[in-house]
Amino acid sequence: MARYLAGRLAQTLLSMLVVISIVFFLTRLSGNPIHLLLDVNASERDQEILTRHLGLDRPLPVQYLIYVRNICLGDFGTSILTRRPVTEHIWERLPATAELGFVAMALSVLIGVPFGMYSAVRRGTAFDSGARIFAVLGQSMPAFWLGLMLILLFGVILGIFPAGGRGGIEHIILPAFTLGYFTSAAILRLTRSAMLEVLGSDYIKFARLKGLHEQVVLWKHGLKNALLPVVTFAVMLFVQFLGGAVVTETVFAWPGLGRLILESITTRDYPIVQAGVLVLSALYLTGNLCVDLLYSYLNPRIRRAGA
Amino acid sequence: MGGSGRPPSPPALAPAPAQPWRGSLRRLPWFAGAVLATLVFCAVFAPWLASKDPTAGDITTKLIPPIWMERGTMEHPLGTDRFGRDILSRIIHGSRISLLVSIIAIGVAGTLGTALGLIAGYRGGLTDTLLMRMTDIGLSLPTILIAVVMVAVSEPSFRNVVLVIALLLWPRFARQIRGETLAVKEQDFVALAVVAGRSGTWIIARHIFPNVVPTLLVISTLQVGYVILLEGTLGFLGVGVPPPNPAWGLMIADGRGFLATAWWIALFPGLAMLLTVLAVNLMGDWLRDHLDPKLRQAGARVTAATATTAAPIEPAIAEAPARGD
Amino acid sequence: MPLLAVEDLKTYFFTRRGVVKAVDGVSFTLEAGETLALVGESGSGKSVTCLSLVRLVPEPAGRIVGGRILLDGDDLLAKNPRQMRRVRGKQIAMVLQDPMTSLNPGLTIGTQVGEVMRLHQGIRGRSLRERVVDALRRLRISAAESRLGQFPHQFSGGMRQRVSSAIALSCAPRVLIADEPTTSLDVTIQAQYLELLKEVQAAAGVAVILVTHDFGIVAANADRVAVMYAGRIVEMGTTLQVFNNPRHPYTQALLRCLPDVDLKREQLVEIGGQPPDLAALPPGCPFAPRCSERQPICERSLPPAVTVDAGHTAACFLAVATPA
Repeated sequence: MARYLAGRLAQTLLSMLVVISIVFFLTRLSGNPIHLLLDVNASERDQEILTRHLGLDRPLPVQYLIYVRNICLGDFGTSILTRRPVTEHIWERLPATAELGFVAMALSVLIGVPFGMYSAVRRGTAFDSGARIFAVLGQSMPAFWLGLMLILLFGVILGIFPAGGRGGIEHIILPAFTLGYFTSAAILRLTRSAMLEVLGSDYIKFARLKGLHEQVVLWKHGLKNALLPVVTFAVMLFVQFLGGAVVTETVFAWPGLGRLILESITTRDYPIVQAGVLVLSALYLTGNLCVDLLYSYLNPRIRRAGA
Repeated sequence: MGGSGRPPSPPALAPAPAQPWRGSLRRLPWFAGAVLATLVFCAVFAPWLASKDPTAGDITTKLIPPIWMERGTMEHPLGTDRFGRDILSRIIHGSRISLLVSIIAIGVAGTLGTALGLIAGYRGGLTDTLLMRMTDIGLSLPTILIAVVMVAVSEPSFRNVVLVIALLLWPRFARQIRGETLAVKEQDFVALAVVAGRSGTWIIARHIFPNVVPTLLVISTLQVGYVILLEGTLGFLGVGVPPPNPAWGLMIADGRGFLATAWWIALFPGLAMLLTVLAVNLMGDWLRDHLDPKLRQAGARVTAATATTAAPIEPAIAEAPARGD
Repeated sequence: MPLLAVEDLKTYFFTRRGVVKAVDGVSFTLEAGETLALVGESGSGKSVTCLSLVRLVPEPAGRIVGGRILLDGDDLLAKNPRQMRRVRGKQIAMVLQDPMTSLNPGLTIGTQVGEVMRLHQGIRGRSLRERVVDALRRLRISAAESRLGQFPHQFSGGMRQRVSSAIALSCAPRVLIADEPTTSLDVTIQAQYLELLKEVQAAAGVAVILVTHDFGIVAANADRVAVMYAGRIVEMGTTLQVFNNPRHPYTQALLRCLPDVDLKREQLVEIGGQPPDLAALPPGCPFAPRCSERQPICERSLPPAVTVDAGHTAACFLAVATPA
């Protein structure tokens, strides 16, 4: 178990390093930051001073090492546009993204797991067909378009929910659903097929033979085993999730990290872009790690084997 | 459904084992096939099918609603956008972009991924370990985020979009092809070829590659929907194929400001996209069920090995990493 | 009154290919403490018969369409789901074929054994723990106390089957159905397990329905035998009667296939021809196409069960001419 944990931790750190490297080299290769920082008319001397000040006169590998060191120390530099520390910007926007992500995740689990389960239990019924259509559509729906259509329907035509911005609970419903639809569809699908497999198993038959109530059979004997694959694959869904945040936040003018990144791309405020991507990636990779650990907790075979 | 389509004896004692998504919907992909055929037809014959130039605007005809609405005209069945460009013509031409991006990106990623997967699986040892660690890391990156930043920083263009998508896609191919290679490698004809003194390259090319082609086909199809969505997302965020190209994502972004007044601008390209991705996904699932029983199985059985290195595979979830247990 | 009386039980599966008559008019009785062996090829309806007894035929495809199942004169088919749950595990318990899959991989042994007693006997807490340990000990699980927290994968196949049996027997059921309990066990473990089962059965006075296709097991364990073919009982009698004087050609063929009526673990050697398609049974005797003594009448009408001896019946036209 300890070895497994260490391995996963190392892999996570390595992934993080790769993200850092991608971000560093992309932004460095895309042009001289001096031109972004200084006025077009700036004198040669000014340019030189700034170059030295930023350490851009050193060889690229050295710059890279300094960059990595700074990140480890929590120093992401300052915004080109506002001259404020990047961390301040990030902290401002992070809660909104966290809120949206949390609500969307909760929503997708609350939709995906029970509906997937009953879809399996009531296989072949109208309920099952409905759930499956919901799931198939969810996996093919462009999130940004779904968001717009939800705004059109609930915001413009029906006037039930506001079209954008952050505020009370009425603000978060549409974006959370937009962000969570794909995930809930995927979770539904997985829960359904995992549950079907479990329901066909001997131990479920055996549990019924014990005279247990069907609900006990489903929830106690069925769900835990069915959730095993679901949890594993939920890991993968986080990819969509954090990427999806950029899209959803843009559609709904949600003041989160994803939108900050996109705004900063438009204004070429690269320090913010770098930091934003790193923070989101770090969140994503940590989430991955947590879910993996949760999986090994849920699966006694892994847990016990190493213990 | 228990027992249907299977020999009657022994009678089904338990509900049939999980066969995800193989209901009546899935019997024949006639819907998917029809949509895809239409799409390819549109893409190939776009200049002849579309009555209008997709990029030429005309202010006098701007924001015309679809044909069935009050101010709609026969000229523009699905209406026009704010520059007076015909939506239908743009959608037809847009199919070219979606298809081309998918085909090229998947072609590049598939070639690279397959090559690395074959080498890793066949050689084993350190090569395998290194390549698979790389794959794990590649698979663990938040795709859309990285893609957005990569394209944005490197200037949005058709070429860059394709390259970035391909770069993010190859690990998916490498992972599965490697798993498949490991399985094929164990078979007798490979051992015979080794004994016969054939070179590794020869064996890979003549014996292993032909056996992983079905898998390759299935993964490729399953990725098309994903690539179209990714390309659309990039377009929507303004970091995709640049305007005035009629990329669907770009068109939807155009319609964003007109939701209250001219909803058709955003609605129709989105529908086109939804239908396309839906069709491709259905087709991919169907192919997987019929070409590659191994992948189908993998979806339901998650083992410890896959748990530690879970591959992000969307939209087709049932496609699990086919690694040795 | 027998402990269990099954009368003309019919369980059909309604599939796209047609109606599969998995169990078609099965009748038998079971006395307290006795062991009845249900024998037949796979697909002959043994397992479906067993599942019908506890009304766990997989719905909606499968349905019990007729007959009565009387436990102490009480018709199980008339019970509602709630009443039926009180029968399962408490009155009629069952052990399944594959011990590797019949225990829940995600729950501890203690939980899985304890939950039946909690449910049917309302035992909680400390005394539950003791009773669980007792139940495991009775099935010779060593160091039962320390194994309560373990998961099924930490047990061997034979041990798992004993755990399953401990669960099945924990609430002192009247009837234990053992559906090929030893098929997936090693030969030595098999004999051990069956010995143990006999012991426990004698101690608790449980009636056992032993499903198997192994005549060796039948000979060593069963008081009576019912041979099933295509959803029907084609021959039934005491073990001695059936072994010494088989009257149905199918039984005769089965016994001929045995190298030796001994405790050897021999699979039934193939009888020529295919088992019939249960969705399209011929009008006559279902065994007729494979039968070496086929008569013209066999292909036209279904032979009724004929009493050939006291408590010995055979469903064959040739069995009419009685004494042996």
